[in-house]
Amino acid sequence: MAYWLPVLWFGVIGFGVLMYVLLDGFVLGLGILAPFAEDEHQLDHMMNTAAPIWDGNETWLVLGGTGLLAAFPKAYAVVLSALYLPVLLMLIALVFRGVAFEFRFKAHRSKPAWGAAFALGSMFAAFAQGVILGALVEGMPLQGGKYMGGAFGWFSPFSMLTGVAVVFGYALLGSTWLILKTEGRTQLIARTLTRPLVLVVVAFMGLVSAWLPFLDSRIMARWFESGNFWWLAPVPVLALINAFALWQATMKQGRDAAPFLLTLSFFVLGFAGLVLGIWPNIVPPSLTIWDAASPASSQGFVGVGLIVLLPAILGYTWWSYSVFKGKVAADAGYH
Amino acid sequence: MDALFSPLLLSRIQFGFVISCHILFPAFTIGLASWLAFLEFRWLRTRDALWRDLYFFWLKIFAVSFGMGVVSGIVMSFQFGTNWAVLSEKAGNILGPLLSYEVLTAFFLEATFLGVMLFGARRVSDKLHFFATCMVALGTLISTFWIISANSWMQTPQGYTLTADGVFEPASWWAIVFNPSFPYRLTHMVLAAFITTCFVIGGVSAGYLRRGVHVEAGKRMLRLAMVFAAIAVPLQVFVGDQHGLNVGEHQPIKLAAMEGHWEQGEKGAGVPLVLFALPNQKAERNDYEIAVPKLGSVILTHSLDGEIQPLKSVPADDRPPVAPVFFAFRAMVGLGTAMLLLVLASLWMWRRRRLFESAWLLNGWRAMTLAGFAAILAGWWVAEIGRQPYVVYGLLRTANAVTPTLATGSVLTSLIVFATVYFTVFGAGIWYLLKLIRKGPQPHEPAPQTKGGDKTPARPLSVGGAEEEGA
Repeated sequence: MAYWLPVLWFGVIGFGVLMYVLLDGFVLGLGILAPFAEDEHQLDHMMNTAAPIWDGNETWLVLGGTGLLAAFPKAYAVVLSALYLPVLLMLIALVFRGVAFEFRFKAHRSKPAWGAAFALGSMFAAFAQGVILGALVEGMPLQGGKYMGGAFGWFSPFSMLTGVAVVFGYALLGSTWLILKTEGRTQLIARTLTRPLVLVVVAFMGLVSAWLPFLDSRIMARWFESGNFWWLAPVPVLALINAFALWQATMKQGRDAAPFLLTLSFFVLGFAGLVLGIWPNIVPPSLTIWDAASPASSQGFVGVGLIVLLPAILGYTWWSYSVFKGKVAADAGYH
Repeated sequence: MDALFSPLLLSRIQFGFVISCHILFPAFTIGLASWLAFLEFRWLRTRDALWRDLYFFWLKIFAVSFGMGVVSGIVMSFQFGTNWAVLSEKAGNILGPLLSYEVLTAFFLEATFLGVMLFGARRVSDKLHFFATCMVALGTLISTFWIISANSWMQTPQGYTLTADGVFEPASWWAIVFNPSFPYRLTHMVLAAFITTCFVIGGVSAGYLRRGVHVEAGKRMLRLAMVFAAIAVPLQVFVGDQHGLNVGEHQPIKLAAMEGHWEQGEKGAGVPLVLFALPNQKAERNDYEIAVPKLGSVILTHSLDGEIQPLKSVPADDRPPVAPVFFAFRAMVGLGTAMLLLVLASLWMWRRRRLFESAWLLNGWRAMTLAGFAAILAGWWVAEIGRQPYVVYGLLRTANAVTPTLATGSVLTSLIVFATVYFTVFGAGIWYLLKLIRKGPQPHEPAPQTKGGDKTPARPLSVGGAEEEGA
């Protein structure tokens, strides 16, 4: 129990964060691509593809936060206080992004301003999330359980790289989502943007992967020692195959779902690669999941709820997507 | 300078500010969600188009308010870690699971069904749409359950064991969730939320009647608001009284601060009710006190000479700041009394069949539109300032709960950013709400048949949006 519960919870938090990255990723991607909209009408069209579901998508972030507090309170305390400024940036950006959904459709003269809030909010939220991810993977020096890095300890070339990488990654999720959900002019723009985005994202993924082993000898050891490489090799190999299939899919007209689905799987593989490097730490380089775990009575209490409620949540989330399935018309929302 | 701008003080100001802004939106949407379920139910039962027009009118207001509640709520879920890392570390074992249950049982439910509620009117059947509305309403209430449980546990902790490092570990989840103050707080807060929404509806309706617009809708809503308030406000007075007794039992020093009660009187003298005073923390007494002898005993202990524990029974640094608690409590009670008087006056005028004609009464409703919000803020300030200097009552001091590595510059930055952003963003949101209210309910065009293959998502939010002026 004392061994397996934290392992299980590591999986749960990982799943929650992954769901967030995939689902809010494409919504944030819409905001990142907003500057490419040719007029307010087209931005309406883009936003309408996500308007009914963005709120549920964002909830995965809250689950990640409260789940971390419940299962690994020490990690929650260290990570959030150490990343005070990037977390602040993310929260403020999400405030602007979130209210823009409602306010833009209420505004008249200030409509472009809320469009800008949507775009900038999405970009900064994505960048901040990338920085948080990078800083976490890079590791946080702790002494007596307290973070020793100072207010700007998260600032490094690697975290800046991951920040920018996530912005482009989300943009790719957004553009392939638009291929799936729109037709006509909006879809054409999304298609035009997708090919270069695939190249850029694959390049960033390669850069991050190449940099990772040099950050920390533990990550190097994880991948290249004692035969691990042969066990773990499928992840980068599959990622390469996936990237190639994605590149191919962006060429084909008519198969509108394939680029989005292949982008999702590409993200899953990239995420797996990062998690394999971190394991069994929750805060690299030294705080393991067992050090940071809350007692079994806490993890077990929510664990029971998760087993019952997570299938229900996934079920009605699926249902809500199916209610809004199909292409969103360009003039939807204007009566 | 350092003492003035300590990370602790700035964090406290920041937390107080962001949570005070946040609570206004859920307080409103908890009541509004149930009101929407009621309106849609009436529409499905009667097929009277006015019910549907009212539904879509309040739905737009709900969407804007809910959006602001969501974004300010996400801020809250990260504040514990950023600014109160020690609290998270020591009480995370207990608070984390409660908040996680809130996300699992309420947030996903609300967020997912809200999408169907706002955009699904043409894509699902009427009944399924009504079901979605009910799920959103249910979600808001479940959410209240968990968040009040977490807050109440910090006020009246039980069901835990303490490790050698001062970390709380759960011993009995039943005892934690249903801690001694929880039933009182939950009832008090849910009623407060419903009453807040009720007075907004009543105030908006009275405004329409005064202006002579949307008269039919205004009459219908004002009548409902009056009937609901006539039940809920007296009930709230009763619940509040019971809650007060509970505070006296479990948090006696908070009660003493609410009453400005510094010292034990002579034996048999009872506790006076202080009507007005300027509590003087340094001199440990009230200045300019006006008090009614024995009345405090009657209200607080339900007997003529009952005693409550005075402030001076504990050392000075175990007492909360008395003046804000004392005044916030009086503000809350004063607003409650004003609500009660307005309801009584309305009932009286209703019997005389002059409810909708009396200018002074309608003006009274208009003046009280936001009274619920003010009362909720005042009530929460009593609860939260009154539990100081503790964050987990009697066990963990606020001063020891703050993030130890926090730089003054970081928290000063965040406070300024939050203040600026909240004032502009929520200011704009309130402006849009006022615009919607000014415009009032509009006839809603009948929804096209779903069977006919109409696949455009309805966006009731933007109905007429293009013609709206301003901003």
